[in-house]
Amino acid sequence: MSELFEIWVYLAERPLVWLTVTVLVYWAAHRLYLQCNELALLNPVLIAVVALVGILLVTDTEYGTYFEGAQFVHFLLGPATVALAVPLYGQAHRLRRMGLPLAVALIAGSLTAVVSALGIGWLLGLEADVLRSLMPKSVTTPVAMGISEKVGGLPSLTAVLVILTGITGAVLAMPLLHLLGYGPEDATAKGFALGVSAHGIGTARAFQHSEEAGAFAGLGMGLNALLTALLVPLINALVMLAW
Amino acid sequence: MIGTIALLLGFQLAGEVAVRLLGLPVPGPVAGMLMLFVALAIRGSVPEEVATVANGLLAHLALLFVPAGVGIIAHTGRLEGIWPVLLVVLVASTLLAVAVTAITLSVMRRLQQGRGES
Repeated sequence: MSELFEIWVYLAERPLVWLTVTVLVYWAAHRLYLQCNELALLNPVLIAVVALVGILLVTDTEYGTYFEGAQFVHFLLGPATVALAVPLYGQAHRLRRMGLPLAVALIAGSLTAVVSALGIGWLLGLEADVLRSLMPKSVTTPVAMGISEKVGGLPSLTAVLVILTGITGAVLAMPLLHLLGYGPEDATAKGFALGVSAHGIGTARAFQHSEEAGAFAGLGMGLNALLTALLVPLINALVMLAW
Repeated sequence: MIGTIALLLGFQLAGEVAVRLLGLPVPGPVAGMLMLFVALAIRGSVPEEVATVANGLLAHLALLFVPAGVGIIAHTGRLEGIWPVLLVVLVASTLLAVAVTAITLSVMRRLQQGRGES
């Protein structure tokens, strides 16, 4: 027993353990999701994150130690984001025709994401620095943190809110769109809505639906990062004036 | 496969450099995505190997967000006391954004098609 413990102590400090655990837990979460007929609440990202947080708490492991292993998975986010150009190019013939509808939907969705978070948060009595941290929640983490810092929010709080927004979108967007009458053939609108409102995690969810949905989600994510970076400082200045 | 990995990393690097040089408010990989898109458009097709590797990477995009998601554990202190309210705000605001984006896109496309037919 003590020998096993020593092996654990040795391995727990190496990247291999947490890398393996991350991939295994995700694999199991994905299997569970497929086996339960893709039940929305069993979203693989949500289940894997909850399970891993539990494992880290039980084994009393610091996030820093965990990340030394998990960073190898995390690093692939960069090349994967670049790779979004490939499915997007597959839809290029439709992009030209859809330019205006996409632009209007982007502006409407982006404004809704920022203003509704600000408005609902204010009504529920959140403090100013939390509200500022909330505004960029729908865009990809590095951009959101930069925006948050610029307008006087708390970048590390924003990072958490961005992840929670992504998971919320990945879990709830598809059931909502289904209720609104969007069927399997509406991959474009579903994907774009997921990307605009729930960034990369929403985009990952869209890819589970179809390559077409994923392509438009990637586009929505990229465009909204740009637009939100311009909108939030503007809205923040307007709110400060009105205060 | 190695060629495609070099290609993706190369465009990511080019994106990082472009963003810093021009002071753009987007992350390097997003700029890299746009640059690769333009490159593919100029070439006029996607090499088969690039398509295979890119689609393989994207099929499990969700996995890549797990390490960042677990990062919530390092910030639980920040959420203390306000997390029920934050959750309400996030759910309501995200659902609104999803609905508004999808409906606006559908309505705009219907308007466009209607005009095209008349």
